[in-house]
Amino acid sequence: MTAFLVVLVIILFGVALMQLNKIFLMSKSKADETAQIASDKDNSINGYLMLGFAFFTYFLLIYCFWEWGNVLLPEAASEHGAGIDTLMYVSMALIFVVGFFTLWLLGWFAFKYRGKKGNRALFFADNDKLEFIWTIIPVIVLAGLIIYGLFTWTDIMNVDTEDDPMVVELYAYQFDWRARYSGPDNTLGEANVRLIEGVNQLGVDASDPNSQDDVVVNELHLPLGRKVLFKMRSQDVLHSAYMPHFRAQMNCVPGMITQFAFTPSITTTDMRFNDDVVGKVGRINKIRRDKSVELLAKGEEALEPYEFDYVLLCNKICGTNHYNMQMKIIVESQEDYDAWIAAQPTFAEVIKK
Amino acid sequence: MSANAQDHAEDHDDHGHHHKETFVTKYIFSQDHKMISKQYLITGLFMGIIGIAMSLLFRMQLAWPDKTFTIYEIFLGKWGADGVMDPSVYLALVTIHGTIMVFFVLTAGLSGTFSNLLIPLQIGARDMASGFLNMISYWLFFLSSVFMVLSLFVEAGPASAGWTIYPPLSALPQAIPGSGAGMTLWLVSMAIFIASSLLGALNYIVTVINLRTKGMSMTRLPLTIWAFFVTAIIGVVSFPVLLSAALMLIMDRSFGTSFFLSDIYIAGEVLHNQGGSPVLFEHLFWFLGHPEVYIVILPAMGLVSEIMATNSRKPIFGYRAMVASILAIAFLSTIVWGHHMFISGMNPFLGSVFTFTTLLIAIPSAVKSFNWITTLWKGNLQMNTGMLFSIGFVSTFITGGLTGIILGDSALDINVHDTYFVVAHFHLVMGVSALYGLFAGVYHWFPKMFEGRMLNKNLGFVHFWVTVIGAYGVFFPMHFIGMAGLPRRYYTNTNFPYFDDLADINVIITIFAIITAAGQLVFLYNFISSMFYGKKGPKNPWDSNTLEWTAEVKHIHGNWDGPIPEVHRWSYDYSKLNKDETDYVIEGQDYIPQHVPLQDNEEEMNH
Repeated sequence: MTAFLVVLVIILFGVALMQLNKIFLMSKSKADETAQIASDKDNSINGYLMLGFAFFTYFLLIYCFWEWGNVLLPEAASEHGAGIDTLMYVSMALIFVVGFFTLWLLGWFAFKYRGKKGNRALFFADNDKLEFIWTIIPVIVLAGLIIYGLFTWTDIMNVDTEDDPMVVELYAYQFDWRARYSGPDNTLGEANVRLIEGVNQLGVDASDPNSQDDVVVNELHLPLGRKVLFKMRSQDVLHSAYMPHFRAQMNCVPGMITQFAFTPSITTTDMRFNDDVVGKVGRINKIRRDKSVELLAKGEEALEPYEFDYVLLCNKICGTNHYNMQMKIIVESQEDYDAWIAAQPTFAEVIKK
Repeated sequence: MSANAQDHAEDHDDHGHHHKETFVTKYIFSQDHKMISKQYLITGLFMGIIGIAMSLLFRMQLAWPDKTFTIYEIFLGKWGADGVMDPSVYLALVTIHGTIMVFFVLTAGLSGTFSNLLIPLQIGARDMASGFLNMISYWLFFLSSVFMVLSLFVEAGPASAGWTIYPPLSALPQAIPGSGAGMTLWLVSMAIFIASSLLGALNYIVTVINLRTKGMSMTRLPLTIWAFFVTAIIGVVSFPVLLSAALMLIMDRSFGTSFFLSDIYIAGEVLHNQGGSPVLFEHLFWFLGHPEVYIVILPAMGLVSEIMATNSRKPIFGYRAMVASILAIAFLSTIVWGHHMFISGMNPFLGSVFTFTTLLIAIPSAVKSFNWITTLWKGNLQMNTGMLFSIGFVSTFITGGLTGIILGDSALDINVHDTYFVVAHFHLVMGVSALYGLFAGVYHWFPKMFEGRMLNKNLGFVHFWVTVIGAYGVFFPMHFIGMAGLPRRYYTNTNFPYFDDLADINVIITIFAIITAAGQLVFLYNFISSMFYGKKGPKNPWDSNTLEWTAEVKHIHGNWDGPIPEVHRWSYDYSKLNKDETDYVIEGQDYIPQHVPLQDNEEEMNH
């Protein structure tokens, strides 16, 4: 496929060069002073092309949705995510209507009023009423959108302590993540990079009573339906904790603690049975199988089949291995989570060793 | 200063004599705005070639991460050994691509070229207020380009912390190799660039305010001049802030201060820095960074307004609204920077404020778009290449601008921030649109730059159609990989099997990018060959109203051989009919240049 496309590009490029040369030779023969100014014929051809261009943009949009609509993220796996998705659909619908309408006018006018000798343009310099209309309509529409957006934003960002969220620290460093659970007291122990030593990779203050029951892991487990308040820290440079399936993201900034909270609403197991995810994973595995055949033929190792998991990615340029800074996220029932966390050693146990 | 220039101008009127010029004073250390404008353009194009070539290299890496290409070894040397691109040079390529395109091509190449060419010619001045400062401005720009290019050859590699150079990554050589000497050169280059840009901008402002010819009131200025004027003001307001950020970063890097650094443990040791904040840098950077996108797009808007009116043979619709929206955009542009920082860790309430101001910008932008479309309505459109690119500009400005409604909304930004959705958005709305503005300007004013020679129109048509189709082919699909959750600035996506199904889209994007870049070769060929062998057209090839077409075709110092023309009307009297509506005001001619006095058979307008 790829090789074919490359060859196609080379051939098309060659054809384009030949045509260019032809056009250039043709254009050279005229000695007229106005030779390089658009003639009626140029106006006409380009007018038609402009109309075609409007259709091209529509076609491109439809094609992209038709062909790649299925690569988009599946339904949000967090409670606030549904709100973001609805806002996204509303904004997208607005964009499509406005885009469709304006691009049509642009293409149609360019075609309809393509120049011809003897045609007379309309001297139309001002119209207060028209301008008022298209100032006020965006004002009203945007006011609605702004208010809607601000409510959504405030709901997400203002963490209500009455919800009693579970506090978890996300710790970023070049080029990996750690998660620190606050344990039964739901309070994280103090930490500072100056305390980093040996197994105490996160610089947790061992003398702080709150830190004793903290649990440091490199896989994020979240109980279903419980609000989680993430406290983000970074040890070296800026990172960004991006959890696309939960519609969640926040930068990790050295020297300060940032936060983001959400409530997971779909377990990993359930998400694996989501129709969109099943379809996507199926296609991914087909790609991987095809690639494995190629790899095996070259005597290399085959790719492992893929199984869906939520993932935390770094989304702020952070250095050479930025492209591979990830952590697995597992959303599970409260019982499964309890069993898992009970099996992890606490901070006190780790440093005693 | 203006008084001197005025004296100088009168001196010309009296004697009409010209100084003897040597090769050096004419082509190198020239103080003539027309030559300086060409110097800006050619330097800008040269930098553009580097910038676009870089984008092709990293696009190839993204499309075919597991293939080897000898071309990497040719261009990247040790970082492309055996045809495999090194991850750190990938980041260097995206960083320098961004820097070059934003600052060197679209700021200096666009605003520098056309402000210099058009401000004196369109307002009826002999030259800029200070030709000497203007010359210094260009040579500082040249010097900063030299530093930027030199930084590519540093042992540890050029700056690679992204064009936004967020510390601590950009401050610590331990964090990434490019933050060593490469970053130092980057900062030096940008500091010089800012000095150049300030000198240029002050000159533009003074010239527009003081050197307008008789009768050229502010409300008679062509929209190009309004755009350049306001752009220069934004530049003066915001560029110094970037300089302060750069200076503080230099101090953090070299003198042990802690403006942006705090609590850092890297490469096995704790740094002494305490109390600084990377978020402060983000504020300072975007206080320039956001106005910067308007510094890039406003001149393009001005050029497009002028070219569109001329080629539609109609006045620009809603001249006053166009001026008002330029001013509104300029004002709003300085209070929206925080929308780049919704998830930076700043207070969420600030996010709300910035969402509000950001979405407000959509209003003047919408007004401008509707006014351009209405300018086409019932026109007699002359499809010259400049006009085609102007229509293309409106198209990409709309498609790219609309996705801004998503990104400007803090709640929606959470999930698309720093994904390819953003890349697609800003490339369409400021990258591609501004480039179309640049191309439109070059096609339209080439005869003014090169003494009447015109660019070949058929090559122009080919260039235009390949470019518009190709650019959409590159950036339309990019929205989809962004909405699929793919972060930008990843060297390869193969470490996430979840993204495997995006590989095909990346291949298609890269193929379109290669085709589009090849299309630019047509332009380069056309540009260079027409510069020497282009056919000479009429003195006023597009039948335009503005003053530059009354100036001498041959470049002389002082622009007009005789006295400077006096202005009697605004620049948009196209297709104006006489009182009886039997014919145009001037019989058989559908335009009335600005220097033509009010006719008896003509109704007086407000301009």
